[in-house]
Amino acid sequence: MSDTSSTPGGGRPTGTFTVKRGLAEMLRGGVIMDVVDAEQAKIAEDAGAVAVMALERVPADIRRDGGVARMSDPAMIEGIKAAVTLPVMAKARIGHFAEAQVLAALGVDFIDESEVLTPADEAHHIDKWAFEVPFVCGATNLGEALRRISEGAAMIRSKGEAGTGNIVEAVRHLRSILGDIKKITQADQAEMFAWAKELQAPLGLVQEIAETGQLPVPLFCAGGIATPADASLVMQLGAEAVFVGSGIFKSSNPSLMARAVVEATAHFTDASLVAKVSTGLGDAMAGQEISTLGVHLAERGW
Amino acid sequence: MIPTIGVLALQGDVREHVLAFEGLGVGVRDVRRPDDLEGLDGLVLPGGESTTLSLLLGSSGLFDPLATALRGGLPVFGTCAGMILLATDVRDGREDQRRFDAIDLTIRRNGYGRQVASFETQLAVPSLGEALLPAVFIRAPVVEAAGPGVEVLATLPGTDGAPDRPVVCRQGNVLVASFHPELTPDRRLHRLFLDMTDEESG
Repeated sequence: MSDTSSTPGGGRPTGTFTVKRGLAEMLRGGVIMDVVDAEQAKIAEDAGAVAVMALERVPADIRRDGGVARMSDPAMIEGIKAAVTLPVMAKARIGHFAEAQVLAALGVDFIDESEVLTPADEAHHIDKWAFEVPFVCGATNLGEALRRISEGAAMIRSKGEAGTGNIVEAVRHLRSILGDIKKITQADQAEMFAWAKELQAPLGLVQEIAETGQLPVPLFCAGGIATPADASLVMQLGAEAVFVGSGIFKSSNPSLMARAVVEATAHFTDASLVAKVSTGLGDAMAGQEISTLGVHLAERGW
Repeated sequence: MIPTIGVLALQGDVREHVLAFEGLGVGVRDVRRPDDLEGLDGLVLPGGESTTLSLLLGSSGLFDPLATALRGGLPVFGTCAGMILLATDVRDGREDQRRFDAIDLTIRRNGYGRQVASFETQLAVPSLGEALLPAVFIRAPVVEAAGPGVEVLATLPGTDGAPDRPVVCRQGNVLVASFHPELTPDRRLHRLFLDMTDEESG
């Protein structure tokens, strides 16, 4: 490698952290939509999605059906890859590196190591440095985000509470992550050690945040976005893009809802535009109160 | 006069371009609506998803005034998705994808492959000096053909029998790159673009 890197176009390393994080950066300001088949993928692309997440059941259905939720059928992922020109993401269970290897072999563009699926390992997340394909991981707080980044995640998303259509958990997670980042930028050198201990995160990453005032990878929002105003809310709070799971295809008019969320995410500070695109959308997905839930997906992962 | 550069801020890696130009000491403005185009000395179309950008350019009402400004000579710098939007011919795009037809290039979207094929390399760009330019290609578009009026500033040598491909091109007021100079610290391409805005106003 070293003898070709000085030749123009000689060394061409793939799967570097810059290349992985780079794709996450290209998705900023966009909407990533959960889709379960090629037809939904086309609807997402037509509406202006920046990427699609291929999965067999949207989180609301996983929640309803119960049982063990696993990686999707490769045939279904291939069908979606063939249907759209957008980046295609897919989910692996937490710690299930063999599912991740299968997804990498299928050539997906991003792997979501996701709490929406049933965890496969109760102590270890996937060693994401071992892969050339980038990973996104969920987090409920800054410590969790930094642990995932230290394992090689190229993007962090809030966990929220997937499949509920209730934004309150995503807001809590975003405020927690961004609030602690703000505090760390005010901390002195001695306090860094205490922060690293409290967050159970590498000191180097804490020091980097103190200097830059942001995560070393993009921070997106997921888990509970059901309306254009939800998207505007989390973007104003500091999310850099949004994932919409059940919120599109569990609404009464998915095409219209998808398009409206895309517009509201791009123009998140323009309230009159958000008002306009929110008009006449039909019913958003039915929401659920968090206190009534049997399973809290956000508690999966550590 | 300190020039003001606009960065199309509908979607994509807007922040990296903003930071790059701020680092060069010029004024920078996010562009989301037609009136944001007022008084700009140059405009950047960043990396992102070209299908999404095409749609949002239409719905925001930016497409037509921007097309008019480009025909009127507004200097523009497109990286990756931005290059796709500026080209005259786009392959593997959507039927309804809109283009500015501002530079005579035939482009194949994602022509270098999916994310697993994305790569980093070092490019020779003779007009920018001897040092190689770091270049990050992410699901990058391939320039399959460049018209006679297009000046090719850098070429990526082909491997495994594939042809060499132009990766930095210029035609009049339009500068494009297949890769993302905004993701690496080398600012020579951003400087070159500022020089183009100087020529335009001078």
